[in-house]
Amino acid sequence: MRFVLANPGLDNRIPSYKDLERTEEEAGDRPKWDNKAQYILTCVGFCIGIGNVWRFPYLCQSHGGGAFIILYLILLVLEGMPLLLLEFAIGQRLRKGSVGVWRSINPYLTGIGIGSMLVSLLIGLYYNTLIAWIMWYLFNSFQNPLPWSQCPLNDNGTGFVPECQRSSTMDYYFYRVTLNSSTSIAESGGIHWPIVVCLLAAWTVICICYIRGISTSGKAVYVTAILPYIVLTIFLIRGLTLKGALSGIIYLFTPDINELTKPTTWLDAGAQVFYAFSLAWGGLISFSSYNPIHNNCMQDAMILTAITGFTSIFSAVVTYTVIGFRATENYDSCISDNILTLLNAFDLPEDSITTSNYEAAFHHLNSSNPDIVFGLGIKPCDMQKLLSEGVEGTGLAFIVFTEAIMEMPGSPAWSVLFFVMLFCLGISTLFGNIEGVVVPLKDLKMLPKKWPQEAITGVTCFIAFIISLLFAQHSGIYWVTLFDNFAGSVPLLTIGFFEMIAVVYIYGIDRFNEDMKFMIGYKPSIFWQVSWRFTSPLVVLVILVFYLVTQSQEELTYLVWDPKSDQFPSLASVPYPSWINLIIFILAGIPSLTVPAYALCRLVFVYFKKTNN
Amino acid sequence: MLFSSERISKDASDGYKVRLSIKTALGDQAYLWDEKEMFLFRSTMAYAMRGQLNQQFDVSNIIVCEETARVSFWFVVTSPLNTSNLVDKKSVEEAVRKHRNRINSAFLLTDETLEFEGIPRTLEAPFTPDTPPWLIVFGVVMGAVVAGIIVFIGFSVVQKKRKKNKKTPEDEDSEEEESRGKTMENGAANEGVYNMSFTDEERFTRI
Repeated sequence: MRFVLANPGLDNRIPSYKDLERTEEEAGDRPKWDNKAQYILTCVGFCIGIGNVWRFPYLCQSHGGGAFIILYLILLVLEGMPLLLLEFAIGQRLRKGSVGVWRSINPYLTGIGIGSMLVSLLIGLYYNTLIAWIMWYLFNSFQNPLPWSQCPLNDNGTGFVPECQRSSTMDYYFYRVTLNSSTSIAESGGIHWPIVVCLLAAWTVICICYIRGISTSGKAVYVTAILPYIVLTIFLIRGLTLKGALSGIIYLFTPDINELTKPTTWLDAGAQVFYAFSLAWGGLISFSSYNPIHNNCMQDAMILTAITGFTSIFSAVVTYTVIGFRATENYDSCISDNILTLLNAFDLPEDSITTSNYEAAFHHLNSSNPDIVFGLGIKPCDMQKLLSEGVEGTGLAFIVFTEAIMEMPGSPAWSVLFFVMLFCLGISTLFGNIEGVVVPLKDLKMLPKKWPQEAITGVTCFIAFIISLLFAQHSGIYWVTLFDNFAGSVPLLTIGFFEMIAVVYIYGIDRFNEDMKFMIGYKPSIFWQVSWRFTSPLVVLVILVFYLVTQSQEELTYLVWDPKSDQFPSLASVPYPSWINLIIFILAGIPSLTVPAYALCRLVFVYFKKTNN
Repeated sequence: MLFSSERISKDASDGYKVRLSIKTALGDQAYLWDEKEMFLFRSTMAYAMRGQLNQQFDVSNIIVCEETARVSFWFVVTSPLNTSNLVDKKSVEEAVRKHRNRINSAFLLTDETLEFEGIPRTLEAPFTPDTPPWLIVFGVVMGAVVAGIIVFIGFSVVQKKRKKNKKTPEDEDSEEEESRGKTMENGAANEGVYNMSFTDEERFTRI
């Protein structure tokens, strides 16, 4: 398709090939990567985040196991890889951060860059709160026994605190000790100071890692990008030797072809691919702009796609060995408890009922004395139910995994390893995040030019810390979930879609192909041409439309930790208050609408300037 | 036995049910529960009652009945002063709680495996060290980070000062280039070459 919108003055705004060759020889003042490995590791760290460990395994298992993995890999290549190469190439060619790139293509498109910056800011705020929680758990792992293995005693010392007794020690530790959560998002309940302390720690660590831009963060990624793989391998070896690991893996990979016929499966797979690559955050464009002009970005895109796919599956396997182990432990103790109840009720000798003849004995007793057995309130032990419990998000890391770690010998060491891994995964993503905030701020000249990089980083981190105190309230966890659902979903899809339209139809796909030929030596093959023009924009548009349609049809509810509710200890589902719609508009609507809004405002401004002149 | 087992029933207000789980506790080394062990139990209870009420309790004052194969039974305690009276439940409970450790160790069992139904365990409070350990780790991390920040800032200030001292005899042009290169390491410093990209730009910035 030769369709390109008129774009006057483009050649004046972007560096020509001669300029690029010239700056390549000169020692420029733009920061550079020390070596290719730093660049690849930074991108890997950026793409591989906490979501790979706690979102993908859940999606995989709940959408038909092995079948979902095939679907995911296909969409990774069809939807994710072309967009990835697009961002790499445009950054490397135009040598600017996200705002600068879109402003160069056409000043009316600056809204895309601003939208990316807003999205990066909003995501960074809640993402660093997750890191603060991880740091809290990390700090508390240096003791034996682990603090989440015991319930505190109640006032007269005869039993445990009822909230802990009714749920579990891990739930109590997470929702009460760590967060002190209130029962609704409207009840702020004041600031919980341990979280403030951890937020301070999280923002200062990020500040020092990024204090000189990529010259410091580029060194930090050697640790933060590689350490998670080492820890995952250690956990894999440990996990495979645990009892019940195999049942977890089988549960994960059991394919269910029927799931592939449901549209939600495709929707979730497509969305997960999009978020997995951290597209539309602006960070990737920025990172690529520091590359040498003839860097082979196509190879980089393919390498990164392969690494992302491999890591997702790898971490899913590790996660499910641990989940299988925990489910087996819980199942065994459930059976033992039931056996004990039966023995006590019928005064039978200890060895008469064992795990092997439990079923037979239960049936025999039930048929002979059904009323007594019924009065005992014996819960059936369901392995499948245990395997499907709480295996996503914060529930996975802070409740399921901590429980499993408690059962392993040498638990403090495993706990430290696990939370260090999560910390590294999170902070390496945050490097890209903060790049996507700080560089646009500089491009937009919102900060004084005379300020050194250290001051800019420091001020940004400080302001972000103040804003993120919102999440230190007692209702903080509900705000984090709100941000996660709305700031990190629709805006990314809209901005990604606009990016593709801008490059293909406003910058011009022919010019883009020429650029690729100049940079890497050959024109991209037909696969890329078709993907950029049709497949990827179509996939993103379909996902966006479906997502908006399903969201608008559902009533907005969220899960709360309420000891007084009927479903306790499960989280209760309550509707959002009405003012939340305004917040959702701010989170999702404003970043998405900056693109048309900026274009419109600029149109108006230019028109008024013309009439005045 | 001076009392028939009629006086002791499941609803006895002064008796306690005891349940032992020897195989669960000791596994292979479990001993058999026979009348010798029962004798030990009765004498241990008599010992506990002596410690509680300071009266001369004897083995005969501990009456046991309704033994099952689970190894569970009921027992009541008669007063040594007048064997037709039973000692009230409260005193028995206190005696058991005070001497729980000694009773448990006589049978190599624990609070869970030697149960007195109705007598709650005195739970140990979870161990809380004086300085929370997380504060120590937090202090170490924050100290290292703040020290690092100070080092970095100090380093760049010292570098800037050196540049200032070096550049006084030099040109304005080279000075600008250098300082821009050293202090604005991540800057959008493209004005020199690509100034034309900003001629079109308005000064307003929209968020």
